[in-house]
Amino acid sequence: MSGFLRLEKLAVRVGAFELRDFSLEIAEGECLSLMGPSGCGKTTVMEVICGLREAWRQAGKIYLGGEDVTNLAAGGRGVGLVPQDVVLFPTMTVREHLAFGPRLHGWKRKAMGERVESLAVGLGLEDLLERLPKGLSGGESRRVALGRALALRPRLLCLDEALSGLDEARHEDVLTMIRAMIEREKVTTLHVTHSIVEARALGDRVLEMG
Amino acid sequence: MLGPGSEGMSESNQKMQKIWKVRPEWPFLLFLVLSVVSYLGLILLMLGANVLSVSWSEVGRVLEDPAIQHSIKLTFATCTATAILSVLVAVPVGYLLSRYRFRGRALLDTLIDVPILLPPLVVGLSLLILFNRVSLSEAAWVLAGGLFLGAVLSFMGSERRGRIVPAVLGSLAILATLAAMFWRGATGSLEDAMGELGVPMTFHPLGVVLAQFPVAAAFAIRTMRTSFDQISPRYEEVAMTLGCHRGQAFARVIFPLASKGMIAAGTMAWARALGEFGPILIFAGATRGRTEVLSSSVFLEINLGNLAGAAALSLIMVVIAVSTLLLVRGFLGRGGSR
Repeated sequence: MSGFLRLEKLAVRVGAFELRDFSLEIAEGECLSLMGPSGCGKTTVMEVICGLREAWRQAGKIYLGGEDVTNLAAGGRGVGLVPQDVVLFPTMTVREHLAFGPRLHGWKRKAMGERVESLAVGLGLEDLLERLPKGLSGGESRRVALGRALALRPRLLCLDEALSGLDEARHEDVLTMIRAMIEREKVTTLHVTHSIVEARALGDRVLEMG
Repeated sequence: MLGPGSEGMSESNQKMQKIWKVRPEWPFLLFLVLSVVSYLGLILLMLGANVLSVSWSEVGRVLEDPAIQHSIKLTFATCTATAILSVLVAVPVGYLLSRYRFRGRALLDTLIDVPILLPPLVVGLSLLILFNRVSLSEAAWVLAGGLFLGAVLSFMGSERRGRIVPAVLGSLAILATLAAMFWRGATGSLEDAMGELGVPMTFHPLGVVLAQFPVAAAFAIRTMRTSFDQISPRYEEVAMTLGCHRGQAFARVIFPLASKGMIAAGTMAWARALGEFGPILIFAGATRGRTEVLSSSVFLEINLGNLAGAAALSLIMVVIAVSTLLLVRGFLGRGGSR
């Protein structure tokens, strides 16, 4: 097996829910849509990959770019997450969201500024940089969350139900934007969704779960 | 849509409508209103009685009295110091209780409420005994025992990553044991040691802060914990995927979100410290111009038989308490949700 992201016989248990021997492979630069009904464990798998649910993992290995990241802390894995509920920080402006990762990792001011500008242009957020999350629409919030996750140039981008909760008009805009950003950043992507339409629209490949 | 008098309404439909008839809501509303009125009525009657019994010239007199002026200044200073100390303790303890699951958590949760449940005089007496009847060595042994118990409890059943808590508690228990052995021959009390360091506590203004602190901090911890409970742990999770460790996620994301909770906790501690009396009387005393705070001023005036002066002081306390609450509520309300 030679995938950029490789899950080997992952076993996860959360309360009564149990997932055994789950394996998965994503090639470098590929966007895989992991599709399945609610409760099949797709978000759980994504959160385990992100390193957020270490206590739930019973067995198995996670390899990213050939490196075993199974026991690495969430912040050391190089995985960017766009959660379904977006989770923007209420006290931070859009600019502060985009600069959050770079500032934390001690980027130089100039490099950080350029990265923020570049993301803002790519995501159409130039006019919203000084706004707080409460002043953003659903689509705008989703774009900010995507920018925040991409700012550090992650090795893997995890999108959890990236298009859910958006009205039809915004749906197409956000989809086009996400596709464009994935291609521009050349980032390997795992997209989790319950909708076959969204899975096909975003993923180079669709894998059904459950 | 069919109305009650619509043509074509069958007999069975009419029967159905009768069955689904909703009972009037007013008895429930009456119950709610009566509950509010009975409680609020008592509070307003108490405040009203206080205002009506006050002679305004007496208010002027007590405000001009140098001893009372000192008492007001000391009240503000000690309440503020207690509130700051309480918030400093409440933020980490409240966060720990809100976010971490560990063995002994229920015990810690219960212990925090002990100062609230204890009679105030017992709090003061316990402080008096701790500082004056217990030797340094005995105090260190008790501390070491408590820490050791905490270390054992938190170690049992903890996961590999969670063993930092028992490790810290165990190390502190060893330090306390070493301190107890070091002071083995010393017969002096904690108060003697504090006196040598230049910070005497018993019957001293600093003792007022210490007497106010246990109960005020318990209320502040409760408030802070509720505040952290209301902040989704998802914020920390997302911050951690961006490279934060828990401490950074707390400092950069959660701390700014908890600022209103901190103000609420500080206010709660401040107001509780303002009303504190029993522990202050026992531990710090009520010496005019030295350890007298407003609550003890009321007590002293009653003891001197000056009921008018006591009523005037009570009114001043009511004004301070209500205006503080209103100021903070106004501040919190202006910033949006609480």
